[in-house]
Amino acid sequence: MANGTTTAESTASAPMEREKLVLNKRSYNWITERICGVVEEPQPLLWWLMFIPAALIATLVPIGLIILISTGVGVWGNNHPVGWGWAITNFVFWIGIGHAGTLISAILFLTRQKWRTSINRAAEAMTLFAVMCAGIFPAVHVGRIWMVWFLAPVPNANGIWQNFKSALLWDVFAVSTYFTVSVIFWYLGLVPDLATLRDRATNKIKQFCYGIFALGWRGSNRHWNHYEMAYLLLAALSTPLVLSVHSIVSFDFATSTVPGWHTTIFPPYFVAGAIFGGFAMVLTLMIPARRIYNLYDLITPKHIDNMAKIICFTGTIVGYAYLMELFIAWYGGNKYEIAAFENRMFSGYYYWAYWVMMFCNVIAPQVFWFKRARYNIVVVMVVCMFVNIGMWFERFVIFVTSIAQDWMPGAWDMYHPTWVEQITFLGTFGMFLALFLLFIRFFPVIAMSEVKGILPQSDPHYNEPDPDGAGSQPEEAKA
Amino acid sequence: MIYGYLCEFPSTAALYSAAEKVRDAGFRKWDVHSPFPIHGMNEAMGLKRSILPWFVFFGGATGTLTGFTLQYFTQVALYPTIVQAKPTNIYTIPAFFPVIFELTILFAAFTTLFGCLALMGLPRLNHPLFTSRNFKKFSDDGFFLTVERRDEKFDREKTRVFLEELGATNIELVEEQGPA
Repeated sequence: MANGTTTAESTASAPMEREKLVLNKRSYNWITERICGVVEEPQPLLWWLMFIPAALIATLVPIGLIILISTGVGVWGNNHPVGWGWAITNFVFWIGIGHAGTLISAILFLTRQKWRTSINRAAEAMTLFAVMCAGIFPAVHVGRIWMVWFLAPVPNANGIWQNFKSALLWDVFAVSTYFTVSVIFWYLGLVPDLATLRDRATNKIKQFCYGIFALGWRGSNRHWNHYEMAYLLLAALSTPLVLSVHSIVSFDFATSTVPGWHTTIFPPYFVAGAIFGGFAMVLTLMIPARRIYNLYDLITPKHIDNMAKIICFTGTIVGYAYLMELFIAWYGGNKYEIAAFENRMFSGYYYWAYWVMMFCNVIAPQVFWFKRARYNIVVVMVVCMFVNIGMWFERFVIFVTSIAQDWMPGAWDMYHPTWVEQITFLGTFGMFLALFLLFIRFFPVIAMSEVKGILPQSDPHYNEPDPDGAGSQPEEAKA
Repeated sequence: MIYGYLCEFPSTAALYSAAEKVRDAGFRKWDVHSPFPIHGMNEAMGLKRSILPWFVFFGGATGTLTGFTLQYFTQVALYPTIVQAKPTNIYTIPAFFPVIFELTILFAAFTTLFGCLALMGLPRLNHPLFTSRNFKKFSDDGFFLTVERRDEKFDREKTRVFLEELGATNIELVEEQGPA
């Protein structure tokens, strides 16, 4: 017995104490007030200064699409070798960004990473908006948009069914399932927090709207029992789902025979790249949000540090994949493959894009090996910007350089995006940001019920520390 | 018409030990309400593990069968198409796996959502507990315990004394609304 006590004590005062996930010993009520305050109080001037331009830029999306649909796909720069230009690049770019949200909400949940609770809500919202932006491009790229229902497996007048052997149709199922499941996951997580907003509502309209969506939640433990199981199940379903989505996106390329596309490394490489780019976008959004709404005690330097480590890790995987592609091109001895990579790196039309990608995705994140860089907000933001740019270039490099110069030199041609493509893509950034700002305006940006659950006093075996503040309380008093 | 007693506890630890005692006293129709799920509370209340995974298993299996049937019958039985010189037959089933997988997940996720709501008995527009002003704190920092009148052991006087002995504060008798 005496031995047992000594061990417990020495563990409690171990020098490697875990960093606290919520700083300054905040109370439950403080968390409620601070997070609901973001929704309930008038938005700061900065919100309007971002929202108005974002909403104006977002209008470029309908403008670009109206020009496209009323005129035809010819208003885009796609030409004969490059049938897929910016549209597919932007699609994969946006859908990849979404993946970090699912990683945070599902995979980090399954691996019991408690720090996820401060960022998972915003990251999941980001997922939804990124997938919305992504969906625009393939949908309008079909040419005759009024025929887009041919993608759905419904009988048509000719009795012809979809070609289920096509990777593009797999994509339809993967992306639509991904979006639906992400919405379910996000909404189920929101229910307890919507109940908080309902209970704090100051007028009938708010009470009604939040009340409807809170579904009559009353925090009952008989409900929590099923709710936690549902959350666990959704996490367990989303984890293979998110891996499958980007794998299937990569099949669009990997199942073809084009040199530079036809590689078995694509599925894991795309998934790692998606998580890499997505985490950079999470930080790009959360670092300013943390500052504007004074969420320093909830999104701590430790959170940023953890995300920076993930960026460093996945960035290194991506770097490995780039090098492995080159190695296999050489080792495989296929002259078309070797030529494709020579063009991609040195002699092709877009060789410079390859080096932009290499610098942004492989070199830049390496600074995160250093703790000082991970704890320096400016450095983190700069690297995240590089990664955001680099991941867009990665897709551009893979997709466009491979088909601009494929088999026959006589068919080679350069691809230039037209202004219609450019404004549509720019518009999706406005749309993404505007939707995210609206989300901050109307929903709790941090999952209150989850953050409250990780406070030390939430453990039912927690003992109040002495009022003198003498006793060093074990962080997690596990039974 | 009485709904039951609502009372408050100061902390998760207090609520947890109270729940153990209410369970041991043999109550059946009672509940605790907290702003977040309390670790170990299911055991303290004597609740069984949720049966939701069974629903989800069959939901997912339905998705698997749907995915397979949709593809096999439309591609092989109804309208075999030869694309890129590739026929469609029993050997092309591996090409159907991605859609089968996605539909499995999709059906399972819908079953999770609707199964969970069904098991919880939500959504509902109102509940007697919402008549209590104090109860609003459950979504902020309040820890509550309720004992329903429908419980066989419920006794207006004895239950109140029992709750007081457990250290409960703000004990309220909650009225049921609507036609009595």
